[in-house]
Amino acid sequence: MLLNQFLLLGAVLFGTGVYGVLTRRHTVLVLMSIELMLAAVNINLVAFGAFSGSVAGQVFALFVLTIAAAEVGVGLAIVLLIFRNLHSSDLDDVDVLKG
Amino acid sequence: MTVLAQALDAAVDTPRVDWLAIAPETVLFGAAVAIVLGRALARRRPLVDEASFLTALVGVVAAGVFTFVQWVVVDGDGPYQAIAGMVAVDGFAVFVRTVVLIATFLGLLLSAGYLRREGLEAPEYHALMLCSATGMMLMASANDLIVVFLALEILSIALYVLVAFDRRRVTSQEAGLKYFLLGSFSSAVLLYGIALVYGGTGTTNLTRIARFLAGTTLLEEGVLLTGLVLMLVGLGFKVAAAPFHMWAPDVYQGSPTPVVSFMGGATKAAAFAAILRVYAGAFELYRVDWRPAVWALAVLSLVVGSVAALVQTDVKRMLAYSSVAHAGYVLIGVQVGNEAGTTAALYYVMAYTLMVFGAFAVVTVVGRRGDRRHELADYRGLAGAQPVLAALLTLFLLAQAGVPLTGGFVAKLSVFDAAVDAGQYWLALVGMLAAAVSAFVYLRIVLAMYAPEDDGPAVAARPVRVDLAAAVALAIAAAGVLFLGLLPDVVLDFARDATQLLAAGGRAGA
Repeated sequence: MLLNQFLLLGAVLFGTGVYGVLTRRHTVLVLMSIELMLAAVNINLVAFGAFSGSVAGQVFALFVLTIAAAEVGVGLAIVLLIFRNLHSSDLDDVDVLKG
Repeated sequence: MTVLAQALDAAVDTPRVDWLAIAPETVLFGAAVAIVLGRALARRRPLVDEASFLTALVGVVAAGVFTFVQWVVVDGDGPYQAIAGMVAVDGFAVFVRTVVLIATFLGLLLSAGYLRREGLEAPEYHALMLCSATGMMLMASANDLIVVFLALEILSIALYVLVAFDRRRVTSQEAGLKYFLLGSFSSAVLLYGIALVYGGTGTTNLTRIARFLAGTTLLEEGVLLTGLVLMLVGLGFKVAAAPFHMWAPDVYQGSPTPVVSFMGGATKAAAFAAILRVYAGAFELYRVDWRPAVWALAVLSLVVGSVAALVQTDVKRMLAYSSVAHAGYVLIGVQVGNEAGTTAALYYVMAYTLMVFGAFAVVTVVGRRGDRRHELADYRGLAGAQPVLAALLTLFLLAQAGVPLTGGFVAKLSVFDAAVDAGQYWLALVGMLAAAVSAFVYLRIVLAMYAPEDDGPAVAARPVRVDLAAAVALAIAAAGVLFLGLLPDVVLDFARDATQLLAAGGRAGA
C-alpha cells in the first residue's frame, strides 16, 4: 500500500477528532474525540516508521498509547468529581468561571 | 535445557545509562514515590503530612545539588548527550532546571500554610508537585521529540490533578476540567506535528534532525512545515500565547492559588525551553519559515494580554492575562532566534518566575479561607491593614510592569535590546507599547490597595495570618526580584554561558 493512503486515513481521523472536540457538548464524548486524534497520530507514526524503516515510530506509538491511558484516567476522575458536585457532565453546565 | 543454560550464562548487553544526566529528575521522582508509599503504609496521618512536606523539600534540595554538579561538569568538560542522545546535558538545561527548582521550592513552602488553611492537607499534593517538576526538568534537557512529548505529559497530567485539587470548590474542578480538555487537545495537536516532522526527516532526535536538514535539500517541504506549525500550536498552548490562551484566565482564576504561583512561571520555563531547543536549535536552518509565525504569536500575545487585562475585575484573571503578555515578551526573544535572543528569553523566564510567584503568593495569603476574595474591591485599603503584604505585592507588580531596579526591567530591556539589534524594530515597538498598557493594569491593583476605605468596615482591614513558610517564600521571591534588578550581571552571565553551552552542544553532537 502507498504511504499516502495511511496518511490520508490519519488526517481524516484527526479531522474527525478535532470536529468532535469542537462540537460535542458532553465531556465524555469530547474525551473520546481526543482519543481519536491520538489514534490518528499513532497511524501516522507507524506508517512513517514502516516507510523509513526505523523502529522509532512504533516505539513512539507505544508511548502515546500509554500516555493516552494515563490521560483518560485523570480526565475521567475530574469528570466524576464534577458530576458529584453538579450532577451533570455537560460542558454547557460547567460555566462558573468567565469574564 | 542446554539452550536455556546458555542463555542464562550469556552476558546481557545493557545500554549504558549516564545517571548523572537524569539524576535531578530521578531524585525528584524518587521523593514523589517515597511520599506516596509513606502515605499508603503509615498509620498516623498528621505525621505523614509533615513528613511528606519535608521529604519534598529535601528532594528539591537534593535535585538542586545534582543540577549544580551537572553545571560544574558542563562548565569544565563542555556539554554532552546521554542515553542514546535522548537527553542533552548542557548549560541551557541547567539554567532552566534551576528556574524550575526555585519555583518548586517556593511553591512547596507557600502550599504548606494554604493546605492547612483550606483543610486540604494531603501528601499526594506534594507528590504531584514533584512529579510535575520532574516533567519540567526533563523537558529542559529533552533532545528528542519523544522525550519532549513524554516530559510535557508528565508535567501536564500532574498539573491537571493539582488544578482540580480542591474537592469542595467547584470552580477548582471546572478549572481542572478546562485545563485538562484544552491541554490534552493541544498535546494531540503537538503530537500530530511531531509525527509529521518525524515523517519529513525520518528521525525524532533533534541533533539528527539538524544534521539531516543541513545535509539534505527537501523538494517537498509541505509535511515538515505543517509539522512545524502544529508543534508551535501545541507548545503555544502550554505557554498560553495568544490566540491559544483561552484556558489561562479560567484556570488561573479557578485553581488553588499556590498551584498557580508554581505553574505560572515553571510551566512557561519548561515549555519555552522546548520551543528554544526545537526551533532555535534543531530547526535553525528553517528560521525563514518559523520566524513569521512566532512573530505573529508574540504580537498577538502582547496585544491581547495587555488589553484584555484592562477590563478584568478579578485580580487573578488580571494576572492571568498579564501572563499572556509576558509570554509575548519571551516570544520576542525566541523570534530573534540568535544567541542574544535566547539569553534574553532565559533571563526573562527566570525573572518572570520570581515575579509571578511573588504576586500569586500575596494573592494566596490575602485570599483568606475559601480562596475566594480575589475581586479588585477586596484589595481596597489593604495597605492600611497589611502594610508589608501590600508593599510586597506592589514590588512584584511594579517588577512585572518593568520598573527600573527590579528584575522585570532588566528582563524587558534585554529582550527589546536583542530585538533591536536584530533589526526587529516593529516587534520592539509593540512590546514597549504593550508594556505601557500593562502598567495601567498593575497600577490599578496598587492604587486599589493604597486607596482609603470609603464605605463600611472594609474586608481587607481584618488582619490575615502569614505562616512562617509562606513568609520565607515571599522573602526569597522579593529578594530574588530585587537581586535580578540590582545585580543583573550575575544571572545574565549565567544565561549567556548557558546559551553558549547549548550552541556548542548542538555542534559537538553533530
